[in-house]
Amino acid sequence: METLNPEELTPPVPEINAEDVKKELLEKYPTKVARKRAKQIVINQVGPEGEVPEIQSNVRTVPGLIGQRGCTYAGCKGVVLGPTRDIVNITHGPIGCGFYSWLTRRNQTKPPGPEDHNFMMYCFSTDMQEEQIVFGGEKKLRQAVQEAYDLFKPKAIGIFATCPVGLIGDDVHAVAREMKEKLGDCNVFAFSCEGYKGVSQSAGHHIANNGIFTHVVGLNDTVQEGKFKINLLGEYNIGGDAFEIERLFEECGFTLISTFSGNSSYDYFANSHTADLNLIMCHRSINYVAEMMETKFGIPWIKINFIGAGATAKSLRKIAKFFDDRELLARVEEVIARELPAVEKVREEVKPRCQGKRAMLFVGGSRAHHYQELFREIGMETIAAGYEFAHRDDYEGRRVLPGIKVDADSRNIEEIHVEPDPQRYRPRLTEEGLARMQEAGIELKDYEGMMPEMCDGSLVIDDISQFETEKLIELYRPDIICAGIKEKYAIQKSGVPMKQLHSYDSGGPYAAFQGAINFYREIDRMVNSKVWKYLQAPWQKHPELAAKYVWE
Amino acid sequence: MLLRHTPNDIQERSALAINPAKTCQPIGAMYAALGIHKCLPHSHGSQGCYAYHRSTLTRHYKEPVMAATSAFTEGASVFGGQANLLQAINNIFSVYEPEVIAVHTTCLSETIGDDIPQIIAKARDEGKIPPGRYVIHANTPSYVGTHVTGFANMVKGMVDYFAQANGHKESWVNIIPGYVEPCDMEEIKRIAGELGVPCILFPDTSGVLNAPQTGRFHMFPAGGVTTADLMRTGSAVGTVALGKLASGPAARALDTKCKVPCEILDLPIGLQATDLFIDTLRQIAGVTVPDSLNIERGRLLDVITDMHQYFFGRKVALAGDPDQLISLTQFLVDIDLWPIHIVTGTPGKKFEARIKEITKEVPHPVNVRAGGDMFLLHQWIRNAPVDLLMGNTYLKYIARDEDIPLVRWGFPILDRIGHSYFPTVGYRGGLRLLEKILDALMDRQDRDAPEEGFELVM
Ligand code: SF4
Ligand code: SF4
Repeated sequence: METLNPEELTPPVPEINAEDVKKELLEKYPTKVARKRAKQIVINQVGPEGEVPEIQSNVRTVPGLIGQRGCTYAGCKGVVLGPTRDIVNITHGPIGCGFYSWLTRRNQTKPPGPEDHNFMMYCFSTDMQEEQIVFGGEKKLRQAVQEAYDLFKPKAIGIFATCPVGLIGDDVHAVAREMKEKLGDCNVFAFSCEGYKGVSQSAGHHIANNGIFTHVVGLNDTVQEGKFKINLLGEYNIGGDAFEIERLFEECGFTLISTFSGNSSYDYFANSHTADLNLIMCHRSINYVAEMMETKFGIPWIKINFIGAGATAKSLRKIAKFFDDRELLARVEEVIARELPAVEKVREEVKPRCQGKRAMLFVGGSRAHHYQELFREIGMETIAAGYEFAHRDDYEGRRVLPGIKVDADSRNIEEIHVEPDPQRYRPRLTEEGLARMQEAGIELKDYEGMMPEMCDGSLVIDDISQFETEKLIELYRPDIICAGIKEKYAIQKSGVPMKQLHSYDSGGPYAAFQGAINFYREIDRMVNSKVWKYLQAPWQKHPELAAKYVWE
Repeated sequence: MLLRHTPNDIQERSALAINPAKTCQPIGAMYAALGIHKCLPHSHGSQGCYAYHRSTLTRHYKEPVMAATSAFTEGASVFGGQANLLQAINNIFSVYEPEVIAVHTTCLSETIGDDIPQIIAKARDEGKIPPGRYVIHANTPSYVGTHVTGFANMVKGMVDYFAQANGHKESWVNIIPGYVEPCDMEEIKRIAGELGVPCILFPDTSGVLNAPQTGRFHMFPAGGVTTADLMRTGSAVGTVALGKLASGPAARALDTKCKVPCEILDLPIGLQATDLFIDTLRQIAGVTVPDSLNIERGRLLDVITDMHQYFFGRKVALAGDPDQLISLTQFLVDIDLWPIHIVTGTPGKKFEARIKEITKEVPHPVNVRAGGDMFLLHQWIRNAPVDLLMGNTYLKYIARDEDIPLVRWGFPILDRIGHSYFPTVGYRGGLRLLEKILDALMDRQDRDAPEEGFELVM
């Protein structure tokens, strides 16, 4: 299936001038706030080489503005480590942080057998009390690790620091080292992911990446069977996405060594350095692991995307081309040919009802980009989009990486120095291989970003505020908005259907071919729901009373 | 099995909480603040806390939950959050125009030791608070107490900031409804209305967190107690506070500050607690109880008599908050159900003593733990099985693993609706509870009946 090229799209809403909209969004703000937000609200313009205007991102949220972002702890424990089933994740802090991140993200997991470890349904916390705030919490943490070990005998225990922990100066890493030594057969590691670090969840992703890479990746050298070994990075199995992708991989003949981290296990991470190719799904949350694995083990990475039927087919072909195996290429084509008719059937059914409708996507660090594909496939245009916690490279593409200034907030997040592993470093691509990649048009370690794929004149807004969301609804009346749970009901109360793209509401999977079918149907259901016709009662539509009621 | 690692064997833990039956102070404070008309709750800390609180309240209510944050970064954590809060106050009044900003602290700002009243005073001096607008606050460190404490602290904050005595006793009664659902607050107002008692109910989240779909979003919905009414609370003839933990501190503060006497009662859940609530209100206001309420009471009794065989001797496990659990346990004992495992995450020896007192005639050993967790509750259930579970959504994992019916009740309920629309307080609320309990028990009986014992009439 061909998806539309952005150039073929007409300007989003010809009758509305994006410059005027931008002005209105900023008008009510105090001067300083307006000045800052002006740099984070950009009208898209794609140049001939795919160059786009600069957008300020990954900067501090304005206090009081009401936005979407969460904290570093949420990005580390909630997003990246949360979906792994067999690590006992202990939140070191008062009870709230751990409580809220307990099962609320819809990460699904399927342990191989009934006896296998699965701690996803559990919430572990040191439940810090005043005494620990005053006298320190290391002792309680040590004891908590011991109790967790005694109860569950897990392979690994992760410790996650919350805000007060950093302030009172608990050394979580020292406790982890000490307990690891003491327990002997349990890997204990800690994350300094206090919520005040960085400016959003993004810092937490980075910290999680560093921790997993340092403490887990490379621990198990078992070489598994399989010709085409891959890791899937930045896929968290919300609503079963990873299951759908795993099924495809298997049918195509790829051997999935590890997913970071949906439906995943500690053992998979430990063994992931034996793969030959890393695939990045969510660039924002996981590119660090890919980069470090390349340096240390010689595994190249490519950006792929399984959101959208066209994107899925393209991604599968890209992986097959990377391995350059005739049989593989044929099998991939077979799978695509087998899957596509069902997708096409639904797409054709749904498209006439969705065609020309307009979407806005403000979410996450990759989905606001990827889901545009799905909308495009059913003829819907994205007229405004933005990320909650992404960086400039996710908007403008990695080409801008060298020019990104590292500010004080990001400088605090450790960049670990990685060297090639003396035993395990094995470059997967020779000179010749690299040349072949270039010939085949496979861009290694590249991500083009969201903006080059959006049409001219569309709005790109970073870290959108509640106020701006309301204004956009008022000015554009979009047919659907995608964001997160906190935004959901304010949008729906405005009479606009809202689809959560963090947790998918209760839906999914939306990845790969079957997922595309699910998404088309879901959007069709939402934008064509009857309920929006009933907002007004009969007496509100016709308040005037007839002089006298006439009985038939 | 979902909770496959929970052993039957109970080992006491001193450091590791597993599957908590509580959460942290600020979420309670945020919920309470939403019960003031045109109020924007504000979380003074990093943005993670408010994001979590808003998300959880949103999932529970399926409603917009508006709140702001000081968005601390590392710098603010080192140097204090004054600059952030001042900025936030200015931005909030400029952009969102609430009448009140209700600031609560977080573990972070508490650990730093930010002095909120001083920052508010500075905001006022700097002209950041427009005339006729207010900034109030409550300290809500989560390493002390739980979400219930946070609720209580914010309600007390309303008294501290607003209540004024006008010098004489007016006719109205203050009612502090406790940490209950918006529909429960509405029901309490209705009962007072039936009695003909003029009242000021605060906080009041009805019309805020169960607002109608109209196609128009209102940042500040129609509901909530007004600041004018909050000021008048200082001149009321008395205060009826429902729920010792959640409402007691505000009621006592009102007594101290404005000499408004108070009665602190159990939450009016079930027969006896509702009786006491209505009887107290009647006596304070000097009114007679109208027939309408007698009829409601009679209906509740009627269902208890009619369906008693389904209740009698059935064992129940409960998890929830102390105020709620006390009244519910009493109600269940009154209808001859046997609550045998009772857990709250909120610590307090008094709670345990009270539950022991209420259940002393239950002919079965009773486990109760304040400051316990659901992991412990599950272990108790493994060792002494029950016929029914009542508590929040997290119990569904135990319900599934042990194959026990679950009545969703308490906070948070993330997977069903109804709790914000249909009250469980008062006699009518009691009826609803009975209906839910009976549905659960009788559906189970139907499911498990052998074919020859499957009944048409039950
Ligand atoms: S830091 Fe404290 S206030 Fe914030 S979520 Fe955690 S427990 Fe709650
Ligand atoms: S900001 Fe800090 S205290 Fe709040 S949820 Fe995040 S880690 Fe916990």
